[in-house]
Amino acid sequence: MNAPAYNFAYLDEQTKRMIRRAILKAIAIPGYQVPFASREMPMPYGWGTGGVQVTAAILGPDDVLKVIDQGSDDTTNAISIRKFFAKTAGVATTTATEDATVIQTRHRIPETALSENQVLVYQVPIPEPLRFLEPRETETRRMHALAEYGLMHVKLYEDIARFGHIATAYAYPVKVNARYVMDPSPTPKFDNPKMDNCPALQLFGAGREKRIYAIPPYTKVVSLDFEDHPFEPYRFNAPCALCGAENSYLDEIVTDDKGGRMFVCSDTDYCEGRQAAGHHGSLSAAPYKEKAQGGSNG
Amino acid sequence: MADQGMLEQHVLENDEPLLIAESLSKSYGRIAACRDVSFALYPGEVLAIVGESGSGKSTLLQLLSGQLAASGGHVSYRMRDGVTRDLATLGEAERRFLFRTDWGFVHQDPAHGLRMAVSAGANVGERLMAVGWNHYGRIRDTASDWLTRVEIDFARIDDAPRTYSGGMRQRLQIARNLVTEPRLVFMDEPTGGLDVSVQARLLDLLRSLVAELHLAVIIVTHDLAVARLLSHRVMVMKGGRVIETGLTDQVLDDPREPYTQLLVSSILPP
Amino acid sequence: MTAMIDVADAQKTFTMHLQGGIELPVVRGVTFHVDPGECVVLSGPSGAGKSSILKMIFGNYRCDSGRIGIRHRGTLIDLATAEPRQVLNVRRSTIGYVSQFLRAVPRVPTIDVVAEPLIAGGMSRTDAQARAGSLLHRLNIPERLWQLPPATFSGGEQQRVNIARGFISDLPILILDEPTASLDAANRAVVVELIAEKKRQGVAMVAIVHDDEIRHLIADRIVDVTSFAAAA
Repeated sequence: MNAPAYNFAYLDEQTKRMIRRAILKAIAIPGYQVPFASREMPMPYGWGTGGVQVTAAILGPDDVLKVIDQGSDDTTNAISIRKFFAKTAGVATTTATEDATVIQTRHRIPETALSENQVLVYQVPIPEPLRFLEPRETETRRMHALAEYGLMHVKLYEDIARFGHIATAYAYPVKVNARYVMDPSPTPKFDNPKMDNCPALQLFGAGREKRIYAIPPYTKVVSLDFEDHPFEPYRFNAPCALCGAENSYLDEIVTDDKGGRMFVCSDTDYCEGRQAAGHHGSLSAAPYKEKAQGGSNG
Repeated sequence: MADQGMLEQHVLENDEPLLIAESLSKSYGRIAACRDVSFALYPGEVLAIVGESGSGKSTLLQLLSGQLAASGGHVSYRMRDGVTRDLATLGEAERRFLFRTDWGFVHQDPAHGLRMAVSAGANVGERLMAVGWNHYGRIRDTASDWLTRVEIDFARIDDAPRTYSGGMRQRLQIARNLVTEPRLVFMDEPTGGLDVSVQARLLDLLRSLVAELHLAVIIVTHDLAVARLLSHRVMVMKGGRVIETGLTDQVLDDPREPYTQLLVSSILPP
Repeated sequence: MTAMIDVADAQKTFTMHLQGGIELPVVRGVTFHVDPGECVVLSGPSGAGKSSILKMIFGNYRCDSGRIGIRHRGTLIDLATAEPRQVLNVRRSTIGYVSQFLRAVPRVPTIDVVAEPLIAGGMSRTDAQARAGSLLHRLNIPERLWQLPPATFSGGEQQRVNIARGFISDLPILILDEPTASLDAANRAVVVELIAEKKRQGVAMVAIVHDDEIRHLIADRIVDVTSFAAAA
């Protein structure tokens, strides 16, 4: 039995065409959520079925695929999806951002700047940014159609009223091409500026919600805010403990059961690349926070 | 009669109507919910539509506010730019814009007019943000002004209306509607479902806001006392038709139609 | 002299639909006029239609036929046929009505209840309150009550508040519906004074008063409405 068990990249060609049509429409109307006939995939909803379908539809035999989950190439989800396409499409895979032509991501944008010959595919759980306050799909569609986005600011207002600042730290709403308000998927707002004027094509797939949307290359993406509470990307007050990077997004890692923890780059490829290039953090020293609290912890 | 004074002072001798209804009709199959209703409403004028349940008054309110398409007739409105336009010719975006700027709609049940899970401040501020206000401090200041005007303690500005009493919710709904300084407010039984004492306070508040802001109001009510306290003019509806119309005190003190006489005689003397 | 009120052949009948549609004639052929600075008192037994005539002049009762001429800003307007908006305008700037009963807005302090017509007419709050205060003072409403809403007052106090509110504005026509009923002698005298002042200002007044003594004190002319009584 030499016949392949699957069509190239798992989905049949008709389905891929259907998804490509949705993608083309999404690119033509930046930020607009295009409905598509999402298929059952051999993985549960919430594991990136939307992203996987988009990736399957755009993948060619020469593509090099990278998959990250929260910035990491080696979590279960990332490994599973990478293996899935290695098996069903036979494409080359990589963990190096600059080597990849297609990057499927859950909740992060790589730290390494993307280029024109790359496509970033986001896995999206809830594509509708207005859903928080307006449960009716008919109404949210009308609001998008008429560009009635006052409600989006209501959400930000609530943040400031409650916390004194815009506390939304991920899935921070953006306006794409000065028209549609879009949910960037649960990426940290730290990554929002990377979406603006990005040379790579950005595609968003929501499998359960059956929506695809896109940001074409070099499109204006603005994070919503108030004049007196402008958008501020999250800043960390310590460098990465492993590579010493000053301006990457950090994950907190608990190192023992005595309150020990350290902060390291969430983008593992970026971090490893910097370490290989000779950058070093405070890894051997006591982790940053503990040092600050030193005495009281005994 | 003496209590009419306060409202009358504010009726301008402005000769251009704000809203004109011409032969408005609505039928559902063979049932005519509203038949051949015509009137003109002037700036600052309060018109009460009274009648029993099923008389067609709520249908009429929906026709007038453009929420329901008429089977016949027209509603025209003089826009802020002074041009009178047939509501049926407005695009949806224009109609919705009108609805959240120059118009208000106070529902009987505040839960229909408020976002119950969102703070009072944001409920009031939403209309401002919808028309492009982008300064948190100014939005919040304006919202707190309005909460004060409707007698809600500033300390409650960050609480969601689901923690409010019925009367407070209704006052919040009014503030939410008035924040963009509309010229016309539709009210559907705004005091229905409230305790008598709470009703009195709300009516009192509505009365002074209407006079102060020179609002035109179309209020649907089955309560003639509400009509007497708030309105300049009254239209009595029965079976989808307007059967009697005139100055409020005239219609209530000197009703002509048998049905109006029945309505008036059915209320307990004050 | 040009009459402020000119009623001609006015007629009013109630049709009581709830009592089998019986017709209840009230008045017919009502004809009289009131000049500026004059107080005309309507007389006749109770049930003769005096109150109905006052209400017709105010536009509160509709008129079946005839004319209710009111001089409003220099032109004669027939209230019997006027549009509701015109009637409201006439009430706003021409006719005031002082009834026996105060239908006051709850929760509004007495001083503001009285000052309100002036403020609405454009006077500053301070000036209007000063005038309201002096009027309340004359009508013997103690100053400690001024900041309270009148709803809690006694009947006589409420009536005096109402009189103050009715007399404070500068409308050219006043309708007085038993303004002195249930007042004590001292306060009756104040009302008589107020009416005299209004006359000097050229205000035309129509009144109903049951007290013979007061009637003689305020009436320039008496119109007997018995002749208008329409009862068969």
